[in-house]
Amino acid sequence: MSKPLIEVKDLKIHFPMKNNILFNKEKRFVKAVDGISFVIHENETLGLVGESGCGKSTTGKSLLRLIEPTAGEVIFEGKDITKISTREMRDVYRNMQLIFQDPYASLNPRKTVGKLIEEPLLINSDLSPKDRLDRVYELLDVVGLNAYHANRYPHEFSGGQRQRVGIARALALNPKLIIADEAVSALDVSIQSQILNLLRKLQQSFGLTYLFISHDLSVVKHISDRIAVMYLGEIVELGTKIGLYDKPLHPYTQALLSAAPSIKSTNRRERIVLEGDMPSPVSPPSGCKFHTRCFAKMPECELVRPQMRDMGDGHYVACHLYK
Amino acid sequence: MKPILTVDNLQTHFFTDSGIVRSVDGVSFQVNEGETVGIVGESGSGKSVTALSIMRLLPSRVGKIVEGSVKFQDIEMSKLKEKEVRKIRGNDIAMIFQEPMTSLNPSYTIGNQIGEAVRLHLKLNRKQAEKRSVELLQQVGIPRAQEIVHEYPHRLSGGMRQRVMIAMALACNPKLLIADEPTTALDVTIQAQILDLIQQLKKTSNTSIIIITHDLGVVSEICERVIVMYAGRIVEEGDVRSIFESPSHPYTSGLIESLPSLDESVEWLETIQGNVPIPSQMPTGCKFAPRCKFVMERCKQEEPELIDIGMGRKSRCFLEGKRKNV
Repeated sequence: MSKPLIEVKDLKIHFPMKNNILFNKEKRFVKAVDGISFVIHENETLGLVGESGCGKSTTGKSLLRLIEPTAGEVIFEGKDITKISTREMRDVYRNMQLIFQDPYASLNPRKTVGKLIEEPLLINSDLSPKDRLDRVYELLDVVGLNAYHANRYPHEFSGGQRQRVGIARALALNPKLIIADEAVSALDVSIQSQILNLLRKLQQSFGLTYLFISHDLSVVKHISDRIAVMYLGEIVELGTKIGLYDKPLHPYTQALLSAAPSIKSTNRRERIVLEGDMPSPVSPPSGCKFHTRCFAKMPECELVRPQMRDMGDGHYVACHLYK
Repeated sequence: MKPILTVDNLQTHFFTDSGIVRSVDGVSFQVNEGETVGIVGESGSGKSVTALSIMRLLPSRVGKIVEGSVKFQDIEMSKLKEKEVRKIRGNDIAMIFQEPMTSLNPSYTIGNQIGEAVRLHLKLNRKQAEKRSVELLQQVGIPRAQEIVHEYPHRLSGGMRQRVMIAMALACNPKLLIADEPTTALDVTIQAQILDLIQQLKKTSNTSIIIITHDLGVVSEICERVIVMYAGRIVEEGDVRSIFESPSHPYTSGLIESLPSLDESVEWLETIQGNVPIPSQMPTGCKFAPRCKFVMERCKQEEPELIDIGMGRKSRCFLEGKRKNV
């Protein structure tokens, strides 16, 4: 297997809540991410799935330190980037870029697309103005737009084209790792497949590594090599694409997969409908955080937090069912 | 089967500063009693505007039904006065909106909001209305209904709010329920709960349902018939199983093939090239011609009619006409 590009060890992100001034209660925290570990190898795509509030986006942002981790290590190319200065972080940004969900909100409406794509080059490279312009044209071409698009403003573009601009910006500095946070969620089906194909093509031609964050199980399955499933700030299952989708082990993964509507009637799965909603991350359930909604709950699930267990073939699960 | 809703050549236009937008351009379809019909299409296809036109909820200053008729049972909806529409809306025809977060009023209790419809339409008093609200909440599977009626919307999660929206829509036992993207804002596991609930409603009542969505999976799970819209027009119509198994229109097959599947893996997804045309640059011939894989010279000149292709299916494509003549 190729060598690891980024390694996350026991990452925790806790947000403090406002203190109650009248009654000096103990300080409470929203435990958005509560001790997760994973590795992404070079030229691989790791999918991160989960429902809203499970901490998947917070994880993505904290790898870039857009949200400072509370504890844990993020080792990128052999260096723990949680401990380095902001100045040193700049070098890291050159190799690690983010694609945002909303192509409407993430582009400055007052700059032309050419200027938007040039921006990372201005800050982080010493190219001459002419070279920069050449690079902008090259990037537009790479993402399937034309040179004449460079002088247009974001509002003149459709959603899919704006997402292409977002991708061109992320690619500007030849990064190694791209974190795509719900990059295709806001797009229509026919445009979504165009962007997914583009991401795959770019990965093959530039040897990119992706962390692909999404709530859509079929999209994640399509693009990823390995997949991690998150629930309430923890990874409950991690496995290869084939292992995880053909033989989901964790009851939550099983429920998620069965709940996804399919257009084929022939191979419809027996649907597992979970009861209730995801509990609040302020006061998560004791033991296994999923026990309040689990259909296979055992007495010990309420008491003991299950540890990640290696089930072979790169398949890991945190559940008391497997011992 | 008796049709409960008949839409005939509906044309809804928006008169904006930058010109007329023909959001719905000659749409005709029927919904029968007890039937669940899905309307699918991508953003800008006119599916939501169709629903708003039926409900007479268009923004009155810019949006207008310029032609066509919407017949609910024997009543011509498009000719009614606002006062008369109000007697039907929320009573015989009810609607569920996409955003359960914004479509509930934050300053009224849940009971108040559900009760409003029954007090108005069924002339119940305060006490009876509250009793009915509790019943409805129990029917849509909300625990502690007795307490929840006195709560405000912000205390509820997204899934619960959508249940409340459904309870509100069901308050007067509507004959027709229009659900505009009812599960789009919800998580997968919550979506499964709501789809389950709609399935149960279908079993226990004879309500006709129109589901408007961009999600083909949702349509496949709960609808009997599906209408595919593109650029303000119906491009294909028929029963769900046969359309998903053998789509006729290139747009429908493009949509189905561009969906990544949980069951099979492919390296490259099928795509539909290009984008939905913007209103000011609508092509003259077939609206889908610029993106179509099978485009012919004829498609660029004239627009195909929505023709009957047998087995209760319709398609708007010259290729179908050809196939039929052979």
